[in-house]
Amino acid sequence: MSAPLDIGFDYTRSLGPTLSRFVTGLAQRRILGARGADGRVHVPPPEYDPVTSEPLTELVEVAQTGTVTSWCWQPEPLAGQPLQQPFAWAFVLLDGADTPMLHAVDADDVHTGMRVRVRWAAEGGNGIRDIECFAPETGQTDVEPREADDITMITTPVRLKYMHSASPEESLYLRGLAEGKLLGQRCPACGKVYIPPRGACPTDGVPTEDEIELPDRGIVTTFCIVNVPFLGQRIKPPYVAAYILLDGADIAFLHLVLGCEAEEVRMGMRVEAAWKPRAEWGTTLENIDHFRPTGEPDAPYDSYAGHL
Amino acid sequence: MSTDVSIVSFAQAPNVRATHGTTNGVEMLVPIMKAALDQVGLSKKDIGFWCSGSSDYLAGRAFSFIAAVDAIGAFPPIHESHVEADAAWALYEAWVKIRTGEVDTALVYGFGKSSAGQLRRVLALQLDPYTVGPLWPDAVSVAGLQARLGLDGGLWTERDMAEVAARSRGANPDAQIHEQVTADELLGRPYFANPLRKHDCAPVTDGAAVVVLARSDKAKDLSDRPTRIACIQHRIESAHLGARDLTTSPSTVAAAKAANADGVTLAELHAPFTHQEILLRQALGLGDEVVVNPSGGPLAGNPMFAAGLARIGEAATRIKPGERALAHATSGPALQQNLVCVLEAD
Repeated sequence: MSAPLDIGFDYTRSLGPTLSRFVTGLAQRRILGARGADGRVHVPPPEYDPVTSEPLTELVEVAQTGTVTSWCWQPEPLAGQPLQQPFAWAFVLLDGADTPMLHAVDADDVHTGMRVRVRWAAEGGNGIRDIECFAPETGQTDVEPREADDITMITTPVRLKYMHSASPEESLYLRGLAEGKLLGQRCPACGKVYIPPRGACPTDGVPTEDEIELPDRGIVTTFCIVNVPFLGQRIKPPYVAAYILLDGADIAFLHLVLGCEAEEVRMGMRVEAAWKPRAEWGTTLENIDHFRPTGEPDAPYDSYAGHL
Repeated sequence: MSTDVSIVSFAQAPNVRATHGTTNGVEMLVPIMKAALDQVGLSKKDIGFWCSGSSDYLAGRAFSFIAAVDAIGAFPPIHESHVEADAAWALYEAWVKIRTGEVDTALVYGFGKSSAGQLRRVLALQLDPYTVGPLWPDAVSVAGLQARLGLDGGLWTERDMAEVAARSRGANPDAQIHEQVTADELLGRPYFANPLRKHDCAPVTDGAAVVVLARSDKAKDLSDRPTRIACIQHRIESAHLGARDLTTSPSTVAAAKAANADGVTLAELHAPFTHQEILLRQALGLGDEVVVNPSGGPLAGNPMFAAGLARIGEAATRIKPGERALAHATSGPALQQNLVCVLEAD
């Protein structure tokens, strides 16, 4: 079984002394490089000299025009790339710089030696993306610098798409859940019953095999009372997140305990599943909304001490 | 006591375009860990140190390498480490560990399920996160920029690149890619990312590899033909692409010099792009007498984070008595970081 897994985060990055001057410069529509120990002007400016590793502090302005020193065609742009129509990646050696920078060139006839000029993005303050791309140089005048406050942080969003695959053992378990069943498997070496079943028993390194249908009741082994709000939280604190050891299983799994006051939950408390309505079921443990106390006497500590 | 280290066994999962298994690699690792241990009659309790190479970014899961440890059956507790890099570097760490005298044996493993995400876009995360990464230059495009520098500079031609591809594709019937094709036919195929054609780039591969190391004076008890690691060195270049010489691989040259890599007649090079094989041959001074990538190399199958380790394993498997071989591994954009492992077979 597979399903899309999209992950993303808007990283906020503090810039430090060298890069904040570079990024502020871009917002001002100026391009700055750093002069290294060997006299080379590096664009973008490195924080430390590539040869001597000393901090680089002498920044110099370079031109908004330059020469393509290499290029590679991007026929079908990928997400997040500078342009969404076909373009060329290029190393552009700006006039006044000794090292080329990597960016995009918006032209059909990109070639080594081509003269190009910065096309500035409408909005500033986004670091390297203040340069939208490079375009063929046609003798335009330079864009005038403009005012911009010092910039010390930028946001660099990362968005990645994956197809997540469940293992054969996990797939069996997920399909079982869709039918209201809790399926575990036994390790052929140690005999322990795992739910979910696993591609490798953590103690023996072999896949679990024999299928065992487990009841939807068991005990709380350990738990915590969540008091702290966090991003993405779906239940209002305080609530109990608990490890539930189903009767017959050798490993507990994390779920919620509701239906009593948080401070009533204790180790060894007997619980049963509270399922969502059948019409809402899918291939997920979320078919069980939570576990609730059954009211039966607690399990003795010795009966679950080995599962803590 | 000798602190030389030898390779005593090697096993790899079939290199395929996509597995049905999970990104934590256990389905690929369980059978090959068993195979590598069976080859030398060892069980997991005989292994002093376990070290892996893999990438959570490839998997899209934090701590995916921890889930992979299930494949070992890590009980009683084991001595374990991990590098978020190709497992060739995990082998380096294991080599160091044996040379300290702390352990006599090590099992090194690497794995990657490249098919889970969009590999060439994931690898953009290796670029400078402030000044390059936000543009999302993918790994193929960065390699294409490097390829064109060599084309423009007369270091290689598109035909030279096609010949590398043709030889690699025909080399190994057991590889993911096995195709009898001529350079002319390949040159007739369309560009994928001009100047690169599809065959100039390694395929997307899911795979895994395992190597067992032992102290050399113990290795003879375990294997009929252990391969001694004569030397292993690695070097890295600047993260600033513009500041680097992208056509001569100074870090490979430096690593090879430090590893005393002269006189090899067999080389397994971790070159995921055809022009990079030519570049590395030039950098290492490998003449026509050196057999390069008889395994097919990464161009015939490129399990991310295992491919560098597999170069070491393939060289160790093919080296003949009295021969010197070189295995190379790379990491980062456009050959930024390079490891050279010199092997000798008695």
